Amino acid sequence: MTEAILFMLGLGAACGSVLSIASKIFYVYEDPRIGEIEGLLAGANCGGCGFAGCSAAADAVVNGMAQPNLCVAADEETAVSVAAVMGLNAGSSEAVISRNSCTGGNRASDKFIYSGVLSCNAMSNFYGGKRNCTIGCLGLGDCVKVCTFNAIEIGHDGYPVVDESLCVGCKACEKVCPKSIITVKTMSERLFDFNRNDDPLAPCVQTCPAQINIPQYIKQIRNRDFEGAVNTIRERNPLLLACGRVCPHPCEDICRRGLEDEAVSINQLKRFVADYEMNSGKHLPVTCAPSTGKKVAVIGGGPAGLSCAFFLKRVGHDVTIFDMTPKLGGMIRYGIPEYRLPKEVLEWEIEGILNLGIEHHANVKLGTDFTISSLVASGYDAVFLGIGAWKDYALKIEGEDLKGCFTGINFLSNFSLFQQGDSDKEIKIGKKCAVIGGGNTAIDCVRTLIRLGVEEVYIVYRRTRNEMPANMVEIEAAEHEGIKFVFLAAPEKVLADEDGHIKGLEYLKMELGEPDASGRRRPVPIKGSETVIELDMLITAIGQGPDVSFKNNKSDIRLNQLATTRWDTIDSVDPETLQSNIPYIFTGGDAATGASLVVEAIGGGRRAARSIDLYLKGEKVTPPENSLFEKNIPESIFESVSGINPIERAKMPELPVDERIKSFVEADLVISEESALKESNRCLTCCVTCYNKDS
Amino acid sequence: MGDYIVLAISCIFVNNILLAQFLGNCPFLGTSKKMETATGMAMAVVFVLVLAGIITWLTNAFILKPFNLEYLRTISFILVIASLVQFVEMFLKKSMPALYAGLGIFLPLITTNCAVMGACLINIKEDYTFIETVISSFSYAVGFGLALILFAGVRERILLARVPKPLQDTSIGLITAGIIAMAFFAFKGMV
Repeated sequence: MTEAILFMLGLGAACGSVLSIASKIFYVYEDPRIGEIEGLLAGANCGGCGFAGCSAAADAVVNGMAQPNLCVAADEETAVSVAAVMGLNAGSSEAVISRNSCTGGNRASDKFIYSGVLSCNAMSNFYGGKRNCTIGCLGLGDCVKVCTFNAIEIGHDGYPVVDESLCVGCKACEKVCPKSIITVKTMSERLFDFNRNDDPLAPCVQTCPAQINIPQYIKQIRNRDFEGAVNTIRERNPLLLACGRVCPHPCEDICRRGLEDEAVSINQLKRFVADYEMNSGKHLPVTCAPSTGKKVAVIGGGPAGLSCAFFLKRVGHDVTIFDMTPKLGGMIRYGIPEYRLPKEVLEWEIEGILNLGIEHHANVKLGTDFTISSLVASGYDAVFLGIGAWKDYALKIEGEDLKGCFTGINFLSNFSLFQQGDSDKEIKIGKKCAVIGGGNTAIDCVRTLIRLGVEEVYIVYRRTRNEMPANMVEIEAAEHEGIKFVFLAAPEKVLADEDGHIKGLEYLKMELGEPDASGRRRPVPIKGSETVIELDMLITAIGQGPDVSFKNNKSDIRLNQLATTRWDTIDSVDPETLQSNIPYIFTGGDAATGASLVVEAIGGGRRAARSIDLYLKGEKVTPPENSLFEKNIPESIFESVSGINPIERAKMPELPVDERIKSFVEADLVISEESALKESNRCLTCCVTCYNKDS
Repeated sequence: MGDYIVLAISCIFVNNILLAQFLGNCPFLGTSKKMETATGMAMAVVFVLVLAGIITWLTNAFILKPFNLEYLRTISFILVIASLVQFVEMFLKKSMPALYAGLGIFLPLITTNCAVMGACLINIKEDYTFIETVISSFSYAVGFGLALILFAGVRERILLARVPKPLQDTSIGLITAGIIAMAFFAFKGMV
């Protein structure tokens, strides 16, 4: 008896000391939460959750691969305590939801024909091909059978429909689907999903800089699910009201219907649902993940900054926006005139974004009011530099700084500030004005001037109408409004009167020569063709770049090292990650690309938000895998499409010219519900229902 | 040599630890839902069972036998196996992170596994020599893995089958396990 006790004591002591020594020698840091959660779980090692035992389950919870309520053997209370360890409220953690990505209106015509097989997997084994585009969803419901939570059923159109309230995100359906149609993603995976070169993407989705799922929202409009359409757009673009008005819609240029007929009016449909939400008077609810406790400073409250802040907030990071102007919106508030984007519309849109709990500081400028060092010192973990392109390029001709001469962005933003109640910013308007430049800024300037009652408004451009970089609709609108176009004219000098005020512009006539690097024909001056137009006001709008004067601030050593390109844009290590050479500084929008589209900035903001999210999680900031970045999938771009019956495109209602040039009231109007529904039926739902080119 | 092969075959098929001796049924049901998990578990059992077989044989031969403490065999084996598994886990985590990533999560599961314990006790009961112990431990583990992986394959299919409501999940699992066990009876006359 005694020896047995002694032996067991000895053995116990030996084992214990070996283990305690081993735990010192072989110590590896492990997230302390794993141990804590393991202690809370039932400890039955039953594997009911799908993981190999409780410690594996705890590990999965901490790594975000499972939900706090995963334990099948434990009660509600355990889930709540596990969630508490993770700093989440049980139930409100990022839900992983199964989604059916195949949402075509009609099943592919050569879909599965019943031949005695009851499972999709067996079918796809028989007929081969993981993603054979001619056969979409097989509709035999393997996903339905495999779902232990009864969350999936086959809907009336033969596609699986997921009941989001029952789905727990176990991924069983995703694994069993032989066509990769059902996917299970968390909110951040969904929000930070970028086009992949192996996705079935319609040409418009491939081309949209914000990568909005266009066929899906058009389909939702067709089904009168306008709220669903708003949510679809908002997953990629939080500024849908603004985009619906000002976007030059590159998506429509590549629309497959456009090959045989007029392109689908995608942007008007976007505007229609966006206005539908606004007119309903209530912001649709937007879900945000619980706070991660990480703080991000977004510098610049323009489209890029707002988009970045929106997506970061949705995945749970705390965001503060710093902006140098009195109100948020950046270039879309101060650069885009009232008649294109009314301020109250913008106000409503920004209110919806800030309502998510995003803080902002107005009237503070980087370099003068705060520095990157001060942000770091106050605990910000990452910085997004979305400072836009606010510095007008100078024409570099004699007399361009005379009285009565202005620059484009400066003029538009001052006028906008004046219009919004800042009387210090009043600009003395002349009677005969010219705007030099052929871009959207120049067009915005002339259309603003004509509304201010200027008698003669010229636009002076050194090439011809075909080379103008401005949007064609804008050029046409300007023509209708009576703007005089002076093409092939190179300004030589600005002439002054006795008081040092502008009295005219001398220019040389040009002719077009060989194409240059940008593919546009280079204008060549004609000797001795000097011409003068009499003016009392001149605006130069020949392009703009980011204002990086903050780099010269001696006290901000961190920023002195920030790499910029020779166009003053902020240089990112990879245009797909938008991380600068200083790892915690990210960029996007015009600050990264030079003056570009609003929708480009929105896409850039989301891209940067993804990188910031990765950076804050301590993961490597790399571009998304197989990403389709600024490229098209060659085989999806057709040269012709057969069997299309032309249907008339919805006409955009607009104010009559004589009425609209008298005021700043919005010129373009929204289409009616009836024509939106009609227009939505023009969509060919490319790459969703499978289109067989040869049939 | 021939004897060793016969021993291996008898341990893998005839006296399969899961389907003939009915040991280790909890991980058999728990980790057989996914092929991935089942394979990992099988590997881990092979790894641990060989080590445990060796250490328990040594404990028995050099500590328990000389001091006539064989009546403490079960309780001391529990202690030895549990400590061994914990030690191996720590060792792998530090020195072989790759192997740990594959097996690590299964190790704590095996700490209290009756299949491991049972195999070790059988080794002693049958008076195996050291070499025989190594072979039988390895073969028992292979048999365990074989049954587990077979069962996981079947269960993955069952997920897609139409199972009557009352029989779903574990109950159909147990019924299937019974049928597989009957199939294994066919090996009875082999050795």
